Amino acid sequence: MDSIRLLPIDYVILTVYFVFVLGIGWALRRYQKTSEDFFLSGRSIPAWVAGLAFLSANLGAQEVIGMAASGAKYGIATSHFYWVGAIPAMVFVGVFMMPFYYGSRARSVPEYLKLRFDEKTRGFNAISFAAMTVFSSGISMYALASLFEVLLGWDFNFSIWVSGLIVLLYIYLGGLTSAIYNEVLQFFLIVLGFAPLVYLGLRDVGGWSGLTARLGEVATENGYAAGAWSDSWRHLTSPSANPMGVEWFGMVMGLGFVLSFGYWCTDFLVVQRAMAAHSMAAARRTPLIAAVPKMLFPFLVIVPGMIAIALVQTGGGGFQLPANPDGSLNYNMVIPQMLAHYFPPGLLGLGLTALMASFMSGMAGNVTAFNTVWTYDIYQSYIKKDGSDRHYLWVGRMTTIFGILASVGTAYLATRFNNIMDFLQLVFAFVNAPLFATFLLGMFWKRATGHGAFLGLACGTLAAALHHGLTLPSGALVGIKGGWLADTPVKLYPSEMAQNFWTAIWAWTACFLVTIAVSLITRQKKSDEELKGLVYALTPREREEHLPWWKTAEGLGVLVLLLAVVLNVVFW
Amino acid sequence: MALDIRTPIGFLFAILGVLLLGYGLATLGSSSYEKSLGINVNVWWGAVLFVFGGVMLWLGRRGRP
Repeated sequence: MDSIRLLPIDYVILTVYFVFVLGIGWALRRYQKTSEDFFLSGRSIPAWVAGLAFLSANLGAQEVIGMAASGAKYGIATSHFYWVGAIPAMVFVGVFMMPFYYGSRARSVPEYLKLRFDEKTRGFNAISFAAMTVFSSGISMYALASLFEVLLGWDFNFSIWVSGLIVLLYIYLGGLTSAIYNEVLQFFLIVLGFAPLVYLGLRDVGGWSGLTARLGEVATENGYAAGAWSDSWRHLTSPSANPMGVEWFGMVMGLGFVLSFGYWCTDFLVVQRAMAAHSMAAARRTPLIAAVPKMLFPFLVIVPGMIAIALVQTGGGGFQLPANPDGSLNYNMVIPQMLAHYFPPGLLGLGLTALMASFMSGMAGNVTAFNTVWTYDIYQSYIKKDGSDRHYLWVGRMTTIFGILASVGTAYLATRFNNIMDFLQLVFAFVNAPLFATFLLGMFWKRATGHGAFLGLACGTLAAALHHGLTLPSGALVGIKGGWLADTPVKLYPSEMAQNFWTAIWAWTACFLVTIAVSLITRQKKSDEELKGLVYALTPREREEHLPWWKTAEGLGVLVLLLAVVLNVVFW
Repeated sequence: MALDIRTPIGFLFAILGVLLLGYGLATLGSSSYEKSLGINVNVWWGAVLFVFGGVMLWLGRRGRP
């Protein structure tokens, strides 16, 4: 493929952005006096800022590039990752779980597990989470550097070190506040940078009706019913009727329940943003405020993918996607290629800046979550228990440097050993799959014990590995895709996605049942007094009567859910 | 917080808006706009960014939403 030539105006725009990113870190440096300032923004962030950061921390490049790729591969059904796979969980965490996260004054998600269960459950979660964040941040860096290498001809090493250095500087100076502020800035950049792309693309294919007509051709050419790319639910009756290869039950349970709740409700990367809010009411509103733009993101990131596949398969305007070595289309190039195709110099600089912003917000989110978990849950718990607050603030800054260096290391590892990366990703998926069962039981069943939680998590992880080892997506080779435990797979899934969903369902169920069983035969070591504020039944309800209904978590939650239902129905 | 994030966001987008608008006006009728379906998107989008930046600055100055 051709690389893009940037003009001076594009570099000017990119430079202005970097100046602001670093300037925000610089302006915030003098507010970092205590470790809580550095790791939790001194719990002083307004709800709307925390909300946009909550969304933006998740809006890494994998999201933007990956969702556009899925939009091309699977069409509008990709929106299930939003309207089913995010919104209900975001409402749940705001309405039901935030009172315990925020109310317990825990400084991290693993610390909540320590307060609610015991040390070993916290250790298990803290260590796997810390490893995962460094890994994700490194992968983000690797993706950025390889993309800018093919697209702009930038040197791989240059991109790695410069992006790492910039993220390092603004977090080192301004801590979580700096990361959150930059995430808000990145949110607006991504929206305003990609919106013209959607407009120009839609105009080019003849508007929404033109797009659906072309996607009808795409679908029939690939052997599906005409609406397979433009209806979200209608073709989920059987796995063979849609390009995702999933049926509605696996989708709703696997994605909508287990994976989505597991991510949005327990992942410290996002929960940290809500914990930094200035009050309980603001913390509860954080995910709900985030849910509103989240709901609309399919139009920004999935629609470009749909436009791209329509242009490639029905011809028009000379838009092409590069091919992979095996001849299939490289869907990950949808966004970069669309930017190159539609954006003239000037706007192109803005589009690339938005892309860069999405990479950096993904990295920064992981690094800030990593330094908090490392400092509070690993260093303070196992290495040095009784340091002064100033000492932990210093450790936090050093950890930021270490986290960035470890990410750089991971990025270089990814260039050499792609298999190791796939393998690690798989292990993290196994560890994460059962997590939500632990939190659900911990928050809503006071009898759940530490031994129960720990063994439940271990068995859930094991169940995920077993399920993966015994099944295989059709057409895949035995190995990283599954089937490594049996001579002939016990079950063949129609697609990798279906296999993933069912791995999650099995892991969750195993964790749920084992936690209950073990809890019933072990003694609850925590007294009711200790569990106050951590478990639903033992926490006095805070009334929010002084707030108008649209500022309460419940009112906002119902509104958000209604909007999500409307979107599902409109694009049924 | 001592720093209202709307202020830097406002400045950033106002500056980006001016840059795009200026560049768009300087390249009126250029063939590079064939890409964007004949629309001088720099002018239009630059104006949008500028207005957005201005609104953010105004909100930041007012203090509370």
